[in-house]
Amino acid sequence: MNEKAKKQLINQINIYRSVLILLIICLFAAFLSKSFLNISNLFNVFKQVTVAGIIGCGMTFVILTGGIDLSVGSILGLSGVVASGVLASTGNTFLAVATALAIGTVCGTANGFFISHCGIPPFIATLGTMTLLRGCVLIYTKGSPVPVKSEVYKFIGKGSVIGVPVPVIILILLFLAAHYILTQTPFGRSIYAVGGNREAARLSGISVKRTEWTAYIMNGLLSGIAAVVLTARLGSAQSTSGQGIEMDAIAAVILGGTSLSGGTGFVLPTVVGAMIMGIIDNILTLMNVNPHATSIVKGSVVLIAVLVDKKVKDLSAKAE
Amino acid sequence: MGGRLVLKLESIVKSFPGVKALDGVHLEVYEGEVHALCGENGAGKSTLMKIIAGAQPYTSGAMYLNGEKVVFHSAREAEKSGIAMIYQEFNMVPELTVAENMYLGRLPVNSFKKVDWEKLFEEAQDNLNHLGLKFSSKTKVKNLSVAEAQMTEIAKCLTIGARIIIMDEPTAALAEEEIKILFGIIEELKKKGIAIIYISHRMDEIFKISDRLTVFRDGRYVASKQINETDYDDVVSMMVGRNVSNLYPVRNYKAQEVVLEAREINSRNVHDMSLKLHKGEILGITGLLGSGTIELSKLLYGAMPMERGEVFVHGIKKDCSAPVKALKAGIGFVSDDRKQEGLVLIRSIRENISMSSLKKLTKGIHLNTRLETERVNQQIQSLNIRISSASQLAGKLSGGNQQKIVFAKVLEADSDILILNEPTRGVDVGAKAEIYAIINQLTQKGKSILMISTDLPELIGVSDRVIVMREGRMVLEISGKDMNQEIILAHASGGVRENE
Repeated sequence: MNEKAKKQLINQINIYRSVLILLIICLFAAFLSKSFLNISNLFNVFKQVTVAGIIGCGMTFVILTGGIDLSVGSILGLSGVVASGVLASTGNTFLAVATALAIGTVCGTANGFFISHCGIPPFIATLGTMTLLRGCVLIYTKGSPVPVKSEVYKFIGKGSVIGVPVPVIILILLFLAAHYILTQTPFGRSIYAVGGNREAARLSGISVKRTEWTAYIMNGLLSGIAAVVLTARLGSAQSTSGQGIEMDAIAAVILGGTSLSGGTGFVLPTVVGAMIMGIIDNILTLMNVNPHATSIVKGSVVLIAVLVDKKVKDLSAKAE
Repeated sequence: MGGRLVLKLESIVKSFPGVKALDGVHLEVYEGEVHALCGENGAGKSTLMKIIAGAQPYTSGAMYLNGEKVVFHSAREAEKSGIAMIYQEFNMVPELTVAENMYLGRLPVNSFKKVDWEKLFEEAQDNLNHLGLKFSSKTKVKNLSVAEAQMTEIAKCLTIGARIIIMDEPTAALAEEEIKILFGIIEELKKKGIAIIYISHRMDEIFKISDRLTVFRDGRYVASKQINETDYDDVVSMMVGRNVSNLYPVRNYKAQEVVLEAREINSRNVHDMSLKLHKGEILGITGLLGSGTIELSKLLYGAMPMERGEVFVHGIKKDCSAPVKALKAGIGFVSDDRKQEGLVLIRSIRENISMSSLKKLTKGIHLNTRLETERVNQQIQSLNIRISSASQLAGKLSGGNQQKIVFAKVLEADSDILILNEPTRGVDVGAKAEIYAIINQLTQKGKSILMISTDLPELIGVSDRVIVMREGRMVLEISGKDMNQEIILAHASGGVRENE
């Protein structure tokens, strides 16, 4: 009985591990800085997390298939600058947003084409598109930022509805959609099957190519949405915006316990993972820590999380 | 026999939290003997082997090697003491040569600490020749056949001076011809005084090759016997604890209409294969490794590209160029490799069973999980799959249960025609009988079955008609009482003369 209880506890920890880490880090943060628990500060954290959170949702799908997408930052960059350009010349918010989403989708489709259709390994294919698209951004902007003037557009990044910031609402809606797709649709099942065992999935009549391709398209689309949120919040589109966001998104997925080899994981822990990264950022800022040291702390947290993950997995394997 | 006692296990107990995998197990192995371990899956054979090979510690009891009490802390220590194990999955580096693999970690070096390639290849070749193996030690392992890779592993055991070699299902991936070669090598090893602990599910092999056997059941020692003091029924009843009288179901098939017709199927290794499968029939297909049987099955299912050929289902030509299309045409497929191609081991039983029938369970974009659970539970019941819950991971189950899950998946897809590749490979006797019964019942419900098998007793026991293939072509078709192992084997190996 005791053994059984222990085993159950380990399993529980396994499932809610990221939430547990989040709580511990929140406790720490509240202890270290009094201003952390202010509502305005918490919403601030949330807002900053949205970009990595939105992309993390898409990245979870890609990683679940056993792939990876390094190009999300560049897709975000390109969608952002072109959308801002369209906004500057037409003043039409709807058109600007549609442009960002379209560019994201097209870039994601291109990734899927190289990976699923041509069979190029995801790491290499998206490394290529990452570099290529960043080049497009630089040519488009000639290195200078594109300002966003439309107040309607800015509302997407800065506004709030009944006190809740719009980006947070967007993240929550996207998260719910992603969670539904993953757990309640045949496409979600296919994602798990393809990541768990490609050949078995194929022989079971699942269209492996289409499933994988769709995951990259979704990730592209979400990068486009993230671009709108980011440029609207900052009030301009930089040629460097989105640089490094792929690492934040991947780290969030890993912190969430999704296996890099694919087949197991969920969306909720990814969003929690993104929040963990955001809170670490926030608390270090509140404490006036050298911004360069932030990377050191974030990197260490990822390593520690993965180490703990491994230990817990070993323990639960032993308990079997 | 009559050799020295080299290995003795006394009252070995192995406890895992909550269960005793082994409970007071005895084993005595003599120099130069082949000692078979018999027991159903879960009887504790693999745990025992791991303990002997040092891969796992035991909880209590004692192990004696050449009369001295030993405790191994790692497989390496056991290896140093002369105990080597040949695993079902090979542990070799495919890109390296045979010789390098044989001496991995112990490559001979010259005085400059540089690898002495000449000496390496020569010594390796000597070892291969000793065993009567004809391939070069310079061959890359990836270019070896499964059988040759296995022989290389055995040769490797000799280079490290093994005196006891454990073989776990060594014939699982071998064809009849290759099994003969393996048995020849085992005879050689016996002459050198090496003891072999042999695990196999194939009873006929055990009786052919071993000198003594020990039977386990539910982690307990049942008996050790000289091979000539026992027989098939005796061993099986000791294994399952009751009499298993009829392994194969009684067939009463009468010719009905054709449901599947293949015309002149061609691919790299299959040439002009045509066949007809009738409603309610079990058509067996066999051949040696590389004869194209499995490739043929994959061509019919669209899992491999066809160069030329046509497939008709119920007289209508169907496009079976991909598994999705074949499934739609009513063809289901069970792979011979359920771990690599049959199941997603890291997902639940439920997800695995419904994997081929998601469309049926979906309305709009919404997957009806309640209906899914209902259907899955129904399959679990009707196939008598023994699990605690459908949310268990497929990878945690025994071979027999895993195979039934693959069956359940194919049945859920409503296929009328089932292609079964080696349906009982790595499955214990009890589950085998159950699977045969399931196959029989399916045909009674009007399903038709194409069964590819290299297990000849099974093939003859279950099929209504058998097609033998060699080098991608059909060389024999027999049915009913004409089917016997000798004729099939003779045709499969090409050893048949004109007037026979």
